[in-house]
Amino acid sequence: MEKFIKLTSSVVPLPIENVDTDQIIPARFLKATNKDGFGDNLFADWRYNKDGSPKADFVLNNPTFSGSILVAGKNFGSGSSREHAAWAIDGYGFKVVVSSFFADIFQNNALNNGVLPVVVSVEFLAEVFANVNADPKATLTIDLENQTVTNNVSGKSETFVINSYKKECLLNGLDDIDYLLSKKVQIEAYEATRIK
Amino acid sequence: MKSHYKRFMKTLFDKIWDAHVVSTVEGGPTQLYIDRHFCHEVTSPQAFNGLRARGLKVFRPEQTTLTADHNTPTINQDQPVKDPISKNQLDTFAKNAGEFNLPLYFPLGHIKNGVVHIIGPENGFTHPGATIVCGDSHTSTHGAFGAIAFGIGTSEVEMVLATQCVLQSRPKTMRITFNGKLSAGVTAKDLALYMISKLTTGGATGYFVEYAGEAIRNLSMEERMTVCNLSIEMGARGGLIAPDQTTFDYVNGREFAPKGEEWETKLAYWKTLKTDEGASFDKELVFDAADIQPMITYGTNPGMGMGITESIPTLDQVDEAGRISYQKSLEYMGFEAGEKLEGKSIDYVFLGSCTNGRIEDFRAFTAFVKGKKKADNVVAWLVPGSWMVEKQIREEGLYDILTEAGFALRQPGCSACLAMNDDKVPAGKYAVSTSNRNFEGRQGPGARTILAGPLVAAAAAISGKITDPRN
Repeated sequence: MEKFIKLTSSVVPLPIENVDTDQIIPARFLKATNKDGFGDNLFADWRYNKDGSPKADFVLNNPTFSGSILVAGKNFGSGSSREHAAWAIDGYGFKVVVSSFFADIFQNNALNNGVLPVVVSVEFLAEVFANVNADPKATLTIDLENQTVTNNVSGKSETFVINSYKKECLLNGLDDIDYLLSKKVQIEAYEATRIK
Repeated sequence: MKSHYKRFMKTLFDKIWDAHVVSTVEGGPTQLYIDRHFCHEVTSPQAFNGLRARGLKVFRPEQTTLTADHNTPTINQDQPVKDPISKNQLDTFAKNAGEFNLPLYFPLGHIKNGVVHIIGPENGFTHPGATIVCGDSHTSTHGAFGAIAFGIGTSEVEMVLATQCVLQSRPKTMRITFNGKLSAGVTAKDLALYMISKLTTGGATGYFVEYAGEAIRNLSMEERMTVCNLSIEMGARGGLIAPDQTTFDYVNGREFAPKGEEWETKLAYWKTLKTDEGASFDKELVFDAADIQPMITYGTNPGMGMGITESIPTLDQVDEAGRISYQKSLEYMGFEAGEKLEGKSIDYVFLGSCTNGRIEDFRAFTAFVKGKKKADNVVAWLVPGSWMVEKQIREEGLYDILTEAGFALRQPGCSACLAMNDDKVPAGKYAVSTSNRNFEGRQGPGARTILAGPLVAAAAAISGKITDPRN
């Protein structure tokens, strides 16, 4: 997994609430047996017409907005547990998703793929949407070491929550499986005592 | 402040969680031991690739149960799968089960094959007090047995295959109590849709829910599974119900359930699995079961539900920040704010899925349509959750009644619930569906889903309209 340390980028705004993982990557794209290529179908039904041509009014097709930070309305990533949603977001090139609220499973899946979900206050989120509407070049800075997110237009900054274990994983590019494999002895000891 | 005494009181969730902690990562999650892992063809191939890349074996092969269900046809299952990409995914699943020596693999056509959350309990793999995971958010279904069951991503599937453990942050606890009795014509699905409409689609995020109260106690195992299944639709990590005689009677005698002396030992333990009196929850909600009527959804998430006789909320009843999303949702559905839906024409009816594809759902649907005829304007897909359900439908004579009423039966699978196969509702068409999600495009690009219970679905199939089954 790639290391994540600090990032300053313009943002792609998606001011829709309850964006579920069926929108992020529709089920018909889940037939693959590897992790590649999902970025092309990120938000497929919002992004493309039936004939495959881009829908002009969707933000990913609007050249005004670009960047490696996706900013979305509350309850992002609800619904299906498909990790393909995280692969699609990562595959498209987003490194961070900012929202006021994330669904649980998506949050885990994102972190397990080096995509950082950043929870901000409702006010902070509203201000980012307003700033980026006024100036699409508006940037955010995400500093994982210090756990801060800064709106570089208003100068406002908030701290965000991430457990210290996951933070270390992202900073060092490690994943959970490395950790779990190092615990084999404890797992076998647990199995010997558990209520079967 | 909690009293000293109260600190020793545990919720059901705490008891099961604490019994499965292998270690706690400093400043981080819990390493949780997993008793039963369910696996299907769509969310597992990349996990097996991961094992191969690291040169790992499956750590506990007998603790993983595999069934093909999500990306399978519901007709002609005895013939080769036509779509080459789907066929490749199913072949890959078979290859992985073989290569990693997994004995509990149930491919297409196997008598134990079917929707993962239906075949699990049915074959006795689901036990009270267990930790259960699957790369599928509706794993919460198994909570009906008093288990901690939740959906995981593919990275976590790999972790379970490699170590029989996952790393999870401990969720907060919530208890939702339903006092009183459900009215006639109101099903477990209506109870769940009512609850989700009150909590909203993210209202239980971060929590593990225990369902309690008279109305929950009175539910059969099948109905409890429907309620726990839908926990994820309000964002909950999972939902569970304390095991009781109803649970023990269901599990006893099933093929993979404990037997003999082991049964007695386990039963004694299972009987201790309830929330201690005085234990506290992070959040408590109480509803009156008598307030619930048959429910339908009108929008594009399961929280957008209402009683079948009610009207769609007007814009001023919606939070200001949510109005754009709300309007977008109604526009997609082709509905107006303030409108009533009773009497609206519909095009498709889907009975099935891990939410309502069990034998009781088919009994309820069949009892309603008995002696009536399916409406000509309705395409009805009746998809049993498993081959065992299919067998029961035939043995109990439901098949003949359904045929007489103009319905055909398809073969088991997830089918139109997520429309990965050919069971897709065409763009713009309305489907009354007993499944779990009414998201945009969920049942096919442009499809418009109205979630409901089996009785509302039966009434719609007969009248061709949204109809109150109580009339």
